[in-house]
Amino acid sequence: MLDVGRHPNIDLLAYSEVEKLEGRSGDFKVTVRRKARYVEEDKCTGCGACKEKCPTVVPDAFNVGLGDRKAIYSWFAQGIPSTHTIDPEHCRQLKGKKCGVCAKTCLAEAINFDQKDRLVEIGVGAIIVATGYDVFDPSQIFEYRYKEIPNVVTSIEFERLLSASGPTAGHAGRPSDLAVEAEIEALEKKAGRLQRAITKFEDKYVESSSAFSKKYQDGEYKDDKDRKRWADKYAEHLAILETIEPIKKKAEGFTVAKRLAFIQCVGSRDFRFYPFCSGYCCMHSIKEAIIAHEHETETTSTIFGMDIRAVGKGFEQYKIRGGNNSNITYIRGRVAEIMEGPDNNPVVTYEDTRERRVKSEEFDMVILATACAPGRGTIETANLLGIELDRYDFVKTDPLSPVDTTTPGIFVCGCSVAPLDVPESVSQASSASERAAEVVFQSDLKKEKAVA
Amino acid sequence: MPDKRENIRIGVFICHCGSNIAGYLDVEELEAFAKTLPNVAFVVRNLYTCSEGGINEIKNAIDEQNLNRVVVASCTPRTHEPLFRSSCAEAGLNPYLFEMVNIRDQCSWVHMREREKGTSKAKDLIRMGVAKAALLEPQEPIISEVHAARALVIGGGIAGMTASIALGDRGYEVVLVEKEERLGGMLNRLNMLGPTMTDAGDMVKEKIETITDHPNITVFTRATVTDVDGFIGNYEVDIETKSGNEKVDIGVIIVATGGRLFVPEGLYGYDGRRVITQLEVEEVLGRGLDPAVKNIVMIQCVGSRNEERPYCARICCQTAVKNAILITEQNPDAKVSILYRDMQMYGVENEEMFRDSKVKGVRFIKYDPARPPRVEEGKVSVFHSLLGREMDLLADLVVLSTPVVPQEDADVTSKILTVPVDENGFFLEGHVKLRPLDFATDGVFLCGSARFPANIRETVAQGLGAASRASIPLSKGFVVVEPIISVLADEDACRGCGLCVALCPYSALEVRDTEKGRKVHVIDVSCKGCGVCAATCYQHALSINSFTDQQINAQIAAFLN
Ligand SMILES: Cc1cc2nc3c(=O)[nH]c(=O)nc-3n(C[C@H](O)[C@H](O)[C@H](O)COP(=O)(O)OP(=O)(O)OC[C@H]3O[C@@H](n4cnc5c(N)ncnc54)[C@H](O)[C@@H]3O)c2cc1C
Ligand SMILES: Cc1cc2nc3c(=O)[nH]c(=O)nc-3n(C[C@H](O)[C@H](O)[C@H](O)COP(=O)(O)OP(=O)(O)OC[C@H]3O[C@@H](n4cnc5c(N)ncnc54)[C@H](O)[C@@H]3O)c2cc1C
Ligand code: SF4
Ligand code: SF4
Repeated sequence: MLDVGRHPNIDLLAYSEVEKLEGRSGDFKVTVRRKARYVEEDKCTGCGACKEKCPTVVPDAFNVGLGDRKAIYSWFAQGIPSTHTIDPEHCRQLKGKKCGVCAKTCLAEAINFDQKDRLVEIGVGAIIVATGYDVFDPSQIFEYRYKEIPNVVTSIEFERLLSASGPTAGHAGRPSDLAVEAEIEALEKKAGRLQRAITKFEDKYVESSSAFSKKYQDGEYKDDKDRKRWADKYAEHLAILETIEPIKKKAEGFTVAKRLAFIQCVGSRDFRFYPFCSGYCCMHSIKEAIIAHEHETETTSTIFGMDIRAVGKGFEQYKIRGGNNSNITYIRGRVAEIMEGPDNNPVVTYEDTRERRVKSEEFDMVILATACAPGRGTIETANLLGIELDRYDFVKTDPLSPVDTTTPGIFVCGCSVAPLDVPESVSQASSASERAAEVVFQSDLKKEKAVA
Repeated sequence: MPDKRENIRIGVFICHCGSNIAGYLDVEELEAFAKTLPNVAFVVRNLYTCSEGGINEIKNAIDEQNLNRVVVASCTPRTHEPLFRSSCAEAGLNPYLFEMVNIRDQCSWVHMREREKGTSKAKDLIRMGVAKAALLEPQEPIISEVHAARALVIGGGIAGMTASIALGDRGYEVVLVEKEERLGGMLNRLNMLGPTMTDAGDMVKEKIETITDHPNITVFTRATVTDVDGFIGNYEVDIETKSGNEKVDIGVIIVATGGRLFVPEGLYGYDGRRVITQLEVEEVLGRGLDPAVKNIVMIQCVGSRNEERPYCARICCQTAVKNAILITEQNPDAKVSILYRDMQMYGVENEEMFRDSKVKGVRFIKYDPARPPRVEEGKVSVFHSLLGREMDLLADLVVLSTPVVPQEDADVTSKILTVPVDENGFFLEGHVKLRPLDFATDGVFLCGSARFPANIRETVAQGLGAASRASIPLSKGFVVVEPIISVLADEDACRGCGLCVALCPYSALEVRDTEKGRKVHVIDVSCKGCGVCAATCYQHALSINSFTDQQINAQIAAFLN
């Protein structure tokens, strides 16, 4: 990413979308919408002071909603460019309310609430589509109860839970536990606010709240409005302390999730959704199980799959090592249903095809290896550029010219073509750039000839 | 240029990074402290040293304060060192007289609640940076010209042919060296290619024609590369051809030597007639299957995913399914059973072919490697691990799916080019995820089955990709290398033992005969400055620019002080 940001020959137009294409191979004209960030890219140093102060809290899409961000944000800490962006859907100022805290905080004077979308036109010889994939939404599979059972998560959510920069700093805390912890935090915050208010009253009337409360209950100060507020606040405070206690007790028992189940082919190899194999999910489940075990050596993982497709360089060995050293058990079978058991533990019912028996087992957390769904961005871009898609909505290519689209001069790579892992995507990126360079070279040659 | 060690004037710039640093460390104290350090002539704090204002402050100070060393105490060199270096250069100071101290990621961010201790650690870091800065020497970037804008492609299979045509079409000269009489590699022996069922012969013919007619491509068949000398942009290559030896100047090299199919001698009664490999069945299908052959059993993972060859060879499952489909097409009453461990039909097209085969009646039977199938006269017995019982399958023909293995002479190629192979004997790329088509050594690239078994779609993509990677130095015409590399600082100390040569991961060292005897020589464009050699040399003859023993010792001394 950094290399892209710094490369003298790369003009990075982030937070932008292609709107229109004209011309043909060797001589395209592309119209790009540069969306308003409300932050001047050349002034913002990426220091993040603004987001510290911004009062508006929004669920963080990068951490797939598992954490929070502010209305002014950078997509993630290492993002390039590091320029921050105001989310106009949530920003108070842009919604017409009074705020502008970020503008006051920003010492670089980069905030500009008046910024507008801009359209820029660029001339290019060739185009590469690398718009990638979407993560399949598993709530479509009712029997897995992804929406209902908090401790059923997707691989991408688990990836964030395992990440040192994720919402749990890498400890695989269970979403149900995280929710309880968030509740405790909210209650404590509220208790703190009440405590401060109460202290003010105590100072004002030079009396302890408990002594005052007794008198108040005995009917003293009946018509004193100020003291009534004190009494209410005190009662509320006591009530909160009472609710918080048992929750806190419960939370003391929370540890990281140690019994993990990974369910493969969620939406893949499934006629109801995508009949194809998403290719990379077997490996990322093994990877996540190995990492979870590295973080907490008591972790055991069960991977439920039809075939474990470890077909890349070194993958089979990785899989075996995972089994031997990281407590991974591979079970051949498709999971029929997930239900919620005691302690928010998901219970998985499956057929163990080797023992030919239907079994069920309780886990701390279930991770769904969701399919590589054709990207909405890819579909939109394809329609805009006029390139054909295949029957699943991946960009159509031929095995003998794997990065050529149906339109000359437009090439494609990565998960826009089909589900691919990182090494395959990187190889294809080089392939696409080769084909694009050929076009540019040939059209330069033609121009030279025309001049000569 | 300022005189060495004479009148060193260091400027220290302490960045607040908004509140990222200033919010957690006492920056005023840091400023006062920096002023007390030896050789420090100027100290200033900036809100953002990287902003336009901050950069101007550095430039002005170099000029007005006559600074000859600059230290910035701020964030991480990963993102900001290039910026600060170029700012020094713009003000006329050699960019390598710059040192960066990370007091954010390694200090304020990790000690957010320990203002005092954090500040004291930042002081240590700054003191160390200043001590090193005083000893920095100017360096000049190393620019090496690409003398020959010509590529050598070794191996004329589909990978090598694709790469050659791509480079040829970009206007570069290509020398393609093929060991066999004919280009095409494995494809010469195949019948129809899945998933599209294209004729392999047609595909090869078309590629060979393109190459033969191509003005930029020179082909040597029945030829091998016998010696390679030099480095990126400047190789001298010896090729042994059927009509004598050739010497060519080469700029970049692509390894596309492919693989071969493992022959299962002694396994499952392999005899090349009734028990054959997938490659042999391709030939049978090409000629036309004997209509008398009705019952066919294929066994997967023969010679792979075992102790000797632990890898899954990726393409054998798809090859088996393809051939099963072709068999049922040629001989509609044929019954094909595939005995497998996992059906590796990854991706979109393979899974489609897999489904198609089931529709065509191909049977899939999962076996357990602990209870492998037994091939007997006219039948195969197998324990069906999903039904949990033994079964006998009639078999007029048994096809063994064996893995693609490395070429027999891969180790020779590896030695000639000084590039590594992995534990299975395939060539080893620079980084498995991020640099799949480069070797760690600059100037040499890889693609196709030489890297790992791959189907045609993947192989063609890699051929194009390797061509793209290889074209970068050719199109630039030169290679620029950061001068932070190894140098033979003490020639007399070097005994020419070659310990470092053996350990260098980038083949950047060689021992040469000189007037003073055998001495190591650093090929500076190949060196990445990793420091393995300097750390290894018991004579302390080698040293890394900007990380000399002296500079590092000064840092340690400053810390311990
Ligand atoms: C949970 C999980 C774990 C994984 N782990 C691994 C792993 O360990 N190793 C591995 O090799 N692979 C792993 N993968 C696979 C890996 O994510 C893919 O190989 C890789 O991301 C593909 O890269 P891409 O560039 O093709 O697509 P993407 O990563 O999807 O990138 C596409 C980009 O295009 C942008 N875009 C989309 N539409 C538009 C538009 N209209 N205009 C402009 N921009 C647009 C998107 O915002 C996005 O930035 C994992 C996948 C998942 C789901
Ligand atoms: C039985 C079988 C069936 C297959 N069926 C299909 C299919 O249906 N669909 C599909 O997509 N893929 C299929 N494949 C895969 C396909 O064959 C490979 O993708 C492809 O051949 C790889 O090309 P390559 O150029 O990397 O290697 P190769 O084809 O192996 O070519 C390497 C070339 O390098 C030459 N060489 C080796 N060493 C040297 C040296 N030292 N000096 C000079 N030259 C050298 C060799 O002589 C050879 O010509 C099949 C493979 C097999 C084994
Ligand atoms: S890679 Fe594995 S989990 Fe993913 S779709 Fe294919 S078989 Fe299923
Ligand atoms: S591709 Fe299939 S047959 Fe080949 S090694 Fe892998 S699993 Fe075995």
